[in-house]
This record gives sequence, C-alpha cells and structure tokens, in this order.
Amino acid sequence: MATASTKTILIKPIFMDNPIALQILGVCSALAVTTSLQVTLVMCVALTTVTAFSNLFISMIRNYMPSSIRIIIQMTIIASLVILVDQVLKAYAFEISKQLSVFVGLIITNCIVMGRAEAFAMKNPPIPSFMDGIGNGLGYSVVLIVVGTLRELFGSGTLLGITILPSVANGGWYQPNGLMLLAPSAFFIIAFFIWILRNKYDEQVEKNEFEMKPHTIEKGAH
Amino acid sequence: MEHYLSLFISAVFVENMALMLFLGMCTFLAVSKKVDTAIGLGIAVIVVQTITVPVNNLIYNYLLKDGALAWAGMPDVDLSFLGFLCYIGVIAAMVQILEMFLDKFVPALYNALGVFLPLITVNCAILGASLFMVERSYTFPESLAYGVGAGAGWALAIVLLAAIREKMKYSDVPAGLRGLGITFMTTGLMSLGFMSFSGLTL
Repeated sequence: MATASTKTILIKPIFMDNPIALQILGVCSALAVTTSLQVTLVMCVALTTVTAFSNLFISMIRNYMPSSIRIIIQMTIIASLVILVDQVLKAYAFEISKQLSVFVGLIITNCIVMGRAEAFAMKNPPIPSFMDGIGNGLGYSVVLIVVGTLRELFGSGTLLGITILPSVANGGWYQPNGLMLLAPSAFFIIAFFIWILRNKYDEQVEKNEFEMKPHTIEKGAH
Repeated sequence: MEHYLSLFISAVFVENMALMLFLGMCTFLAVSKKVDTAIGLGIAVIVVQTITVPVNNLIYNYLLKDGALAWAGMPDVDLSFLGFLCYIGVIAAMVQILEMFLDKFVPALYNALGVFLPLITVNCAILGASLFMVERSYTFPESLAYGVGAGAGWALAIVLLAAIREKMKYSDVPAGLRGLGITFMTTGLMSLGFMSFSGLTL
C-alpha cells in the first residue's frame, strides 16, 4: 500500500473497493437518509468530511498512541468531529438537520469511519490517509446518491424538490410509487446496485458455500 | 402500565431497529450466518440496550440538558452539545463493565458471546436508541421500556434473518447476487413483512 499513488488511493474505493457494496461498512445510514436527494447530499458531505479528517488526525498521532487504548482515542476524535458537523448543520441548515435527526450522530458509529481509521490511518502517513478518507467518503456517496435519486424520482416524482415527473395528485400523469419512500425499497435498490457492480467486476463475486454436484449418472448408463 | 407496554410493543414491531430504521445493519448483515451466534448476539444487545438507554436518560436529564445542572448551582449551563461524546462513552464503559462482570460471574455466557460483546460498542442500534430517547424526551421509566423493546426487536430480527440464511445456503443464487446481494433482498422482504405491523397499538 505504501507505493500506491494518491490517485489510486482516491479512486479505488469508489467502484473497485466500494465501502458499502464490498466491505459491508456503513450500511445503516445509507438506507435511512435516502428518501430525498437533498438530505442525501448533506449526509454525504458530512460523512466524507468526518472520514477524511478523522483519518488525518488519527494518522498524525498514530505513532504516539498506545495500542491498548487506541479504540477509545479514535472514538473521542470521531465523536468530537461529529459534534462539530452537527453544530454547523444546526446553525446553517436547521431544516435539513431536523430531517437527518439522529443520523448525524450515528456517523460516530458508522463503520466506515472506524473501519478506515483502523485499517488505513493507523498504518499510513497523514496525507494518503486524508485521501483515503475522501475516497471512501466518495464511494459511500456514489451509492447514496444513486439510491437517493431513484427513491426520490420514483417515490415522489421530484429531484431536489423540483418536479420532474408531474404526479397525478397535481394534475400530471405520474402515479408515484409509494413503496419507494418506504424502508424495503432501499434494501432492494442496494441489492441491485451490488448485483450490477459484481457483474462488472467478476472478482467481487462471493463463492458458494456449497457447490452443487453435477449429475452423477454416466452417459450411456441407462 | 399499558402506556409502557404499548411503548415496548411499538419498539419491537412497529419501529423495529433493524428492519424499519436500518440501525445496526453492519453487524446485522455480517453476523447472521448461524442461528446460534445470532441468538447470543441478540441477548447481548438486549442486555446492553436495557442498561445504556436508561443510564443515558439519567445523564441527559441530570447533567446535560439545558438548566439540568441547577442542582449543582449552575442553572444557566447547557451542555447538550456534549451529548454524543457522553453517550458513546457510557456505551463503551457499560460494555466493558458487562464484559468484566460476565467474565467473573457468568463465564458460560461470557464464552458464548465471545467476540461479539466488544463489537456491540460500535453497533449503531445502541447509540441510535439513546439518541431517539433524547430526541423524544422520554422519562426514566419510558426509557427503560424503550431500551428493552429496542433490544428485543433487534434480536428478533437478527435471529429470523439467520434462520432464513441457514436454509438459503443450499439454494442456487445468481452469481452476482451471492452472499451480500441476496441478503439485502431477504432483509428487504422481511422489512416488507414487518410493515404489516405499522399502526399496531395497544
């Protein structure tokens, strides 16, 4: 990893090593905040900022941290950053922070932040760690934006609050798909996203635990 | 009493932590391959939720809330911005204490839970329940009912999913969907099922 260029570190997590689709990190908030695109975008920016800066700070002090208490130190750094983000959101985007409700706070336990701090920032110098944080934040954002766009467009016929498909209730032709705004649709969309991604990159396909045996009857046995 | 029972029921079914609010998803997807481990983790989550939500409720009401420090002679102090740091600290400490307690007095359960106990600290369902408790300003008994319910709901969901996945490993799933993909699909269908509970009240 030491020789990897900055660009690779930045680009790789977006599709090749996507935190949500491949590393199973940070799924919780990915599903809950995606009913409208605007909220999704704010969440993406918040998470990318926190991941990047927590990676930066943790990497800066990585050589001075006794490993037995590193988790607590990481938690404290992450929690402080999240408090900052939360206060900024409350001050400048109060409406959105109300809609995000507890999910800003839940960035603390978002596995992407902890996972990257533990897996990358503890072993690498500050600048690549910062880039890795941004890269993973972007990988998360790509999934979130895709899910958010689909859900808002088909769920209420709007994008960022602007009407794209005029709904029947407002005299248009589009019958909004209410399921898109409810919980299950997020699971299905992410499942399809993973399916598409894994068809493109074959090496991401998981092995079957049990291979089905071919039929054992030899040719001409009957 | 009915009020608390209704709060409990709604936390288990209507607002199921895992299936309706998507909390604790990472562990939910990663540790649901076997029913046995799922049951162990579920019990651990119930125990930790039952302790942390009421404790965080006390901390919020007597230390952090605007004017809460009046008993200490500081009525104008509002420390609620320190909330996140305190809750996660309480959770980490509680998990640690629980781990030491179990190790000393109930070694059987300690061995059964194994590595999942420390993992609970970073489970969003735990922190999520505390944050919801603050946002909805529950009283102390309410927070107790909510904590138990939230834990029980999550445990129920992960045991159900593990049971489905145990059966599913014999099925022939399309290559790209294998593993994570099909698990998402299953969880989506389960969540669809749990939606039939919405509006359930006592």
